[in-house]
Amino acid sequence: MSWEKKTVFLERRAYRQRRFADGARMLPLFGAALFFIPLLWSLADDKVTLTSYVMSFVFVAWVGLIIISAFVSSKLPKDMPDAASPKDE
Amino acid sequence: MATLNVLIIVSLLYVVLLFTVAFAADRAALHGRGAWLRSPWVYTLSLSIYCTAWTFYGAVGYAARSGLEYLTIYLGPTLVMIGWWWMLRKMVRIGRSQRITSIADLISSRYGKSNLLAVFVTLLAVIGTTPYIALQLQSVTLSFAAFAEADPDAGVLNSPYTALWVALGLALFTILFGTRNLDANERHHGVVMAIALEAVVKLFALLAVGVFVVWGLAGGIDETFARIDASEIARWDVPGSRWVGLTLLSAAAFLCLPRMFQVLVVENEDESHLRTASWAFPAYLMLMSLFVVPIAAIGLDLMPKGSNPDLFVLTLPLQEGREGLAILSFLGGFSSATSMVIVAAIALSTMLSNHVVMPIWLRMTGNMAVMSGDVRQVALLARRLSIAGVVLLGYVYLQLSSGGAALAAIGLVSFAGVAQLLPAMLGGIFWRGATRSGAMTGLLVGFAIWLYALFLPSFGASVIISQDVMDHGPAGIGWLRPRALFGAEGMDPLVHAVMWSMVLNTFSFILVSVLTFPKPLERLQGAQFVNVFQHSATTGSWTGGLAQSEDLLLMSQRILGPTEAQAFFTNAAAHQGLSGYLPEPSPDFLQQLERELSGSVGGATAHAMISQIVGGATVSVQDLMAVADETAQIMEYSSQLETKSQELARTARQLRVANKKLTQISDQKDTFLSQISHELRTPMTSIRAFSEILRDSDGISEADTSRYSSIIHDEAVRLTRLLDDLLDLSVLENGQVVLNTEKGSLSALLERSISAAGGEKGTLDIRNIQPEKDIVVTTDLDRLAQVFINLITNARKYCDAKEPVLTITSSRNGGDVVIDFIDNGSGIPADMHAVVFEKFSRISHSRVGGAGLGLAICSEIMTRLGGHVGVVPAQEGTAFRVTLPDSATTSGAKTIA
Amino acid sequence: MTKRVLLIEDEPNIIEAVSFILTRDGWDVKTHSNGHDAIDAVHNRTPDLIILDVMLPGRSGFEILQDIRADQTLADMPVLMLTARGQEKDREMAQRYGASRYMTKPFSNAELLANVRELIAP
Repeated sequence: MSWEKKTVFLERRAYRQRRFADGARMLPLFGAALFFIPLLWSLADDKVTLTSYVMSFVFVAWVGLIIISAFVSSKLPKDMPDAASPKDE
Repeated sequence: MATLNVLIIVSLLYVVLLFTVAFAADRAALHGRGAWLRSPWVYTLSLSIYCTAWTFYGAVGYAARSGLEYLTIYLGPTLVMIGWWWMLRKMVRIGRSQRITSIADLISSRYGKSNLLAVFVTLLAVIGTTPYIALQLQSVTLSFAAFAEADPDAGVLNSPYTALWVALGLALFTILFGTRNLDANERHHGVVMAIALEAVVKLFALLAVGVFVVWGLAGGIDETFARIDASEIARWDVPGSRWVGLTLLSAAAFLCLPRMFQVLVVENEDESHLRTASWAFPAYLMLMSLFVVPIAAIGLDLMPKGSNPDLFVLTLPLQEGREGLAILSFLGGFSSATSMVIVAAIALSTMLSNHVVMPIWLRMTGNMAVMSGDVRQVALLARRLSIAGVVLLGYVYLQLSSGGAALAAIGLVSFAGVAQLLPAMLGGIFWRGATRSGAMTGLLVGFAIWLYALFLPSFGASVIISQDVMDHGPAGIGWLRPRALFGAEGMDPLVHAVMWSMVLNTFSFILVSVLTFPKPLERLQGAQFVNVFQHSATTGSWTGGLAQSEDLLLMSQRILGPTEAQAFFTNAAAHQGLSGYLPEPSPDFLQQLERELSGSVGGATAHAMISQIVGGATVSVQDLMAVADETAQIMEYSSQLETKSQELARTARQLRVANKKLTQISDQKDTFLSQISHELRTPMTSIRAFSEILRDSDGISEADTSRYSSIIHDEAVRLTRLLDDLLDLSVLENGQVVLNTEKGSLSALLERSISAAGGEKGTLDIRNIQPEKDIVVTTDLDRLAQVFINLITNARKYCDAKEPVLTITSSRNGGDVVIDFIDNGSGIPADMHAVVFEKFSRISHSRVGGAGLGLAICSEIMTRLGGHVGVVPAQEGTAFRVTLPDSATTSGAKTIA
Repeated sequence: MTKRVLLIEDEPNIIEAVSFILTRDGWDVKTHSNGHDAIDAVHNRTPDLIILDVMLPGRSGFEILQDIRADQTLADMPVLMLTARGQEKDREMAQRYGASRYMTKPFSNAELLANVRELIAP
């Protein structure tokens, strides 16, 4: 009931929340891409990739993902059902 | 050094602490206290059982051997957690709304509550988890041994039975706190609390060792990096396939491992905890893996060659003389191992008990619903035996394999095994087209490939699969080589097996699902699962008994009535030892209440209503179907009743109408009879009186005699005419008249009637106006003439003009022949127009001959001839109109009266 | 003194017959033919006996009977009711409304005379 009210009076808020939900869905893909970047480095034969280097990168990326996830999760609506889920047949 | 003794004491104290915490948490939960139990942090920490002794010890060993590859085990779950909004949230929502107790329950429930699937999944889980349990036991043993090595006074505790003791102790703890009572929601608060504590301990321990290594041993971050670059694992040469493959594998395992499912879904108190865990748990994972590489590198550097890198976390501090740290580290490792075993044992025993033991037992006892107390006892016993069995099975595996492969390898094989559940589970949650057959097929295919390509070969060469088969494939078929299926050569064996098993699993799952048709229950469950967000709001967390009891009381009052409901509740509360009228919603009470309510609303409805309040869950499909059944029966019965009562009402109405008609007719008859009586008696009176006068009196003059005789005669004639009219009318009314239909000229008929009615005699001037073309009528001419004669006679009798004139006009109007009889008298008053055709009605009260039946007879005749006679309104004089249809359809002889 | 009889009847033949019989028998017969003003005629003529028909134009004989009986001065007036309706309930009604005697048509002349003689002495 109050959720319907939001769509009438605070349309922007609902829109925002939807976008956050979309972002939340994209986040793991983004994270995976991030973690798989080191593979690109090993493609270059000439340079030797150092464990320490990769380690630093991965952990920094990791912390970044955690922070982003915390932020996005706090913005996600409390009770909104998965309204826009075209996957659900 | 009495390090070992200290170790033992500390360990025992720690164990006591764990027991205490578990006990306290259970007590608090039982009494509804303890909001801290439901903190999202407890939930997050409980997820840490993903980090087992494999993490604590094995990660370092893994890193020492293969560099950064160990990270993939944690990257996968990280990705799953930050993607909680679309995947985990749905799983948790489904789990709560469908009251899922295990992953086997989830899969079997989704595919039409198929117990076969449940059994298969349980078996898969047990096979996959047993090595892992063995791994934990081994790690505890090894860690003990590490201390024993460092302590020359060791002796007694460095025995092969250490593992057994640990196993027994674990089994005891799990049985104690995992099977106290059968919580319908399968929540074990004590265990979860203990796990959370262990999570803190192991994180703290690992961080402590890490800090020690980086700042204590290496001398700072830069130095640590330098050491790493100088060590054997300096190069980043993890194969791309393994980096990606293992990340995905660990992600899959995170979802499918029974113990993870237990803490993620089953033990989840509140869906919003996921929100916190989505970033807090990856943070935990990150911290746990932060110092692994430094420890590995430094360990490789400082420890003697050939020492087990798996134990660096212990051996490094020991070697450096930091016993306190070593003991802390040991506790960390101990925590990791034990928490995994406990939760895994609970998860597996739930599955074994629910899906294997109980069905068999119920079938053996002939499905007789023995008192539920019995069933509970058996279920509890089954649980406990399963726990003990699972733990001891792990021990047995440990002894049989005698620590063969390195710890890490076993872990990954186990991961690959449980990952086979992923297609069926994901498909079931997101795809309504997934069917049971598809799931079954996928599982079988995946399991078979996993077995063939990974599990069996892992026992070592020629243990189960001969080397010949390994090299050349069974019966020499190169394409079926376990490590090179379908020509995929040169792949890492793990990745190879995972790839083929998952691909073929998914493919066959989809194919068979598309080709097969699901049963109704499957489809319903499919809709429930896939559309769970539409069906359920976030189910509120269990807020404690009394609130629900109050709701139950409100509902019961509505059904049972206030006094009865309150009495029932008060009694129940008294039984529970509580004062007041609100008992705790214990299973016993709920059952009694259900029985009480089903007396009024039916069993299925009562059950559904109670589950709504207590479970906060949506009603199960079977409940719905049962309720629908009952409702349909009730509806049918009430519709039958309604039809009956409608029929009754209709019959009553018809009876009333008939009664009214009969009363009317009876009244009419009475009136008619008295009228006839009057009409007959009046002339008779004159006749009798005068004939008596003539008989009895003498001295009557001749004139008088003659006069009186005339009167007698006239009255007799009048009487006769009356009787004739009555008979005629009766015949006409009864439809017994026989009509002779002939063709005839209307004008000729009118002339005949005029002359029969006295012609030009008397004062009445009759004018007969005819149309040019003579009208031919086809009807009973005599009867028509009768009507004309009557009307003319009436005019003669009743026209009161000074010079009476009667005008007869004939014409054609549409399909009718119209003859008007209009005189110039004073006419008939408007209110008498309808009445004038009634029997015995007379406008004036003068008796100028006639009994008053004339017009009634005319009316009847015209009706029989298919025409009509009526008064023409708004005329100065009396005006009658006779209407005759052209092709006169004379209503036949025997018409309905 | 000749007793006066008031005959309230509308059928002319019956009027003639009854008048003849009664006059023959020595009664003074006056007639009145409608019901509207029958009660006035009663007051005017002051008869000693009223012979009252039921079926009258204007007012029914029963109503006139009620009027007569309601009138204090006429309370004792003997009233002989004549009717062509022969049913039981008519007889009861006549009795209820206070008819002294009741006769159905057709009647025997002798019976008529006998009733009149009984109701008032000559």
